[in-house]
Amino acid sequence: MSEIKIHTKNLDLYYGDVYALKKVGMDIYRHNVTALIGPSGCGKSTYLKTLNRMNDTVAGVKITGDVFLDGEDVYGKGVDVTILRKKIGMVFQSPNPFPMSIYDNVTYGPRMHGVKKRIVLDEIVEKSLQDAAIWDEVKDRLKKPALSLSGGQQQRLCIARALATQPEVLLMDEPTSALDPISTTKIEELVSQLKRKYSIVIVTHNMQQAARISDYTAFFLLGELIENKKTQAIFSAPKDSRTEDYITGRFG
Amino acid sequence: MTDNISIIGSNKSKNAVEKSMNIIFFVCGLAAVVCVICMTVYMIISGWPAIAKIGVFRFLFGQVWSPENSEFGIFPMILASFIATFSAIFLALPVGVLVAVFLAKLTPKRVSAPFRTLIDLLAGIPSVVYGLLGAILIVPLIFKLQTAAGLPQGGSLLAAVIILVIMILPTIISVSETAIRAVPKQYEDASLALGSTKLQSIFRATVPAAKSGIVAGMVLGVGRAIGEAMAVMMVAGNAAIMPEFLKPVRLLTASIPIEWAYSSGLHREALYGIGLVLFIFIMIINISLNTVLKKGGELRG
Ligand SMILES: Nc1ncnc2c1ncn2[C@@H]1O[C@H](COP(=O)(O)OP(=O)(O)O)[C@@H](O)[C@H]1O
Ligand SMILES: [Mg+2]
Repeated sequence: MSEIKIHTKNLDLYYGDVYALKKVGMDIYRHNVTALIGPSGCGKSTYLKTLNRMNDTVAGVKITGDVFLDGEDVYGKGVDVTILRKKIGMVFQSPNPFPMSIYDNVTYGPRMHGVKKRIVLDEIVEKSLQDAAIWDEVKDRLKKPALSLSGGQQQRLCIARALATQPEVLLMDEPTSALDPISTTKIEELVSQLKRKYSIVIVTHNMQQAARISDYTAFFLLGELIENKKTQAIFSAPKDSRTEDYITGRFG
Repeated sequence: MTDNISIIGSNKSKNAVEKSMNIIFFVCGLAAVVCVICMTVYMIISGWPAIAKIGVFRFLFGQVWSPENSEFGIFPMILASFIATFSAIFLALPVGVLVAVFLAKLTPKRVSAPFRTLIDLLAGIPSVVYGLLGAILIVPLIFKLQTAAGLPQGGSLLAAVIILVIMILPTIISVSETAIRAVPKQYEDASLALGSTKLQSIFRATVPAAKSGIVAGMVLGVGRAIGEAMAVMMVAGNAAIMPEFLKPVRLLTASIPIEWAYSSGLHREALYGIGLVLFIFIMIINISLNTVLKKGGELRG
């Protein structure tokens, strides 16, 4: 077993009256890829957003239970969410680069965290774009608008943007659902590369994708965590019949 | 069964409606274009002779406006109009954008909605009312400054600027707020997820993304400020001398209504000339700001 990076226990979340997460307890392991699967509306995105407290911005949300990052209480007193979110980067479902240049997209985070020196920023840009496997495609046009890139490139740029703040965890919410198969393959390869340096949690609708790229797979249903196991184990011998039904395509 | 309905129809009435609507739209469009062209031609025909007689350079750069002595230099008024317009925009833009951010992002709907109604109401108040308020409230306030500076009390460039700021603020706020609200929330989310605070996200991600809308508000503001005559006339003091903030000034626009009634001959023609100059300025400002806008639009892909 690897080291635990994030530990959640008894996590309950209400959106007003909607009971969206029910007593979720699971661990996310360091330098592993954890896939979250389950039918639409089962709470995968919600769970993801409790980890970097992006749910805080939703009006009427109520969260109880524990989330620990490296043993520190994420919802504890005195937590600075800006530092938390610097440590836990996020990539969204549809690529959302800012309407600025490629360069300014990547430096957005570091600048916000006080990096000003041009040389340092240049270095961060090159490093992040290389890590996101898009450097070769954009190195000659860093000053061009990010929105001139293709959808797949935009998503890799968003990954680079998230990497630029030097996070330890990367949350990805269905990052390939809006992309074509070739871009999807590129991102999947990228994820397998990135797990050497980062702990990754990825939501996916695609069972094959989960099987291909993840080390652990967590199955959610109606706000409950049904199973969280080694990916091989969950796909070859699911313990719960509902998990089996879902991964064999009997519902969802 | 419906399977056998033929696709060949005889929709003559439908076609007739389509055709006549097309014609109506075309005629309306044409009328608008013809109006603009006629106006332009008329402005040139009526404004040019005076400028030609006086001399382009002496008209535009002459520093003395004294129709009795056949001196028709409008440079002080051009300068006054520019200074007044750009000072007003310079002050109103940051304030307007901040208020727009406040309304769009920092207050709940139940607060911002009545605010919004109020602001739209302000935008519709006739300018003479603003002029009246300015004459009663703002001009006397400036008296103290004028006395302190050893100047006679009266209307001033400063009063004109303040009135213009108040008049263009509602437009800038209203247009900017709409633009800020139209920015997709995903930019703010992306910014927050990178560890920015709410305010940082608003000012570094949302507001820049609303840039083109904010510039549009600015264009409208400039247009209103440079074209305003009535309110400005009531507070500016209207002396055609080189502009200074605490001294009376005369703006291009105000000259026309002030002198129209008693002007004749070359004097009246010179007023037409002022009209032409204003017309050209507004064209230049609009066209250049629009090109800037288009460039901004291309940047976004
Ligand atoms: N902002 C919100 N306000 C209210 N209900 C929400 C909100 N976001 C999600 N929900 C509800 O919470 C449940 C879980 O949603 P979500 O986490 O987005 O599911 P998934 O990502 O697995 O498709 C759904 O029933 C959804 O309708
Ligand atoms: Mg989701």
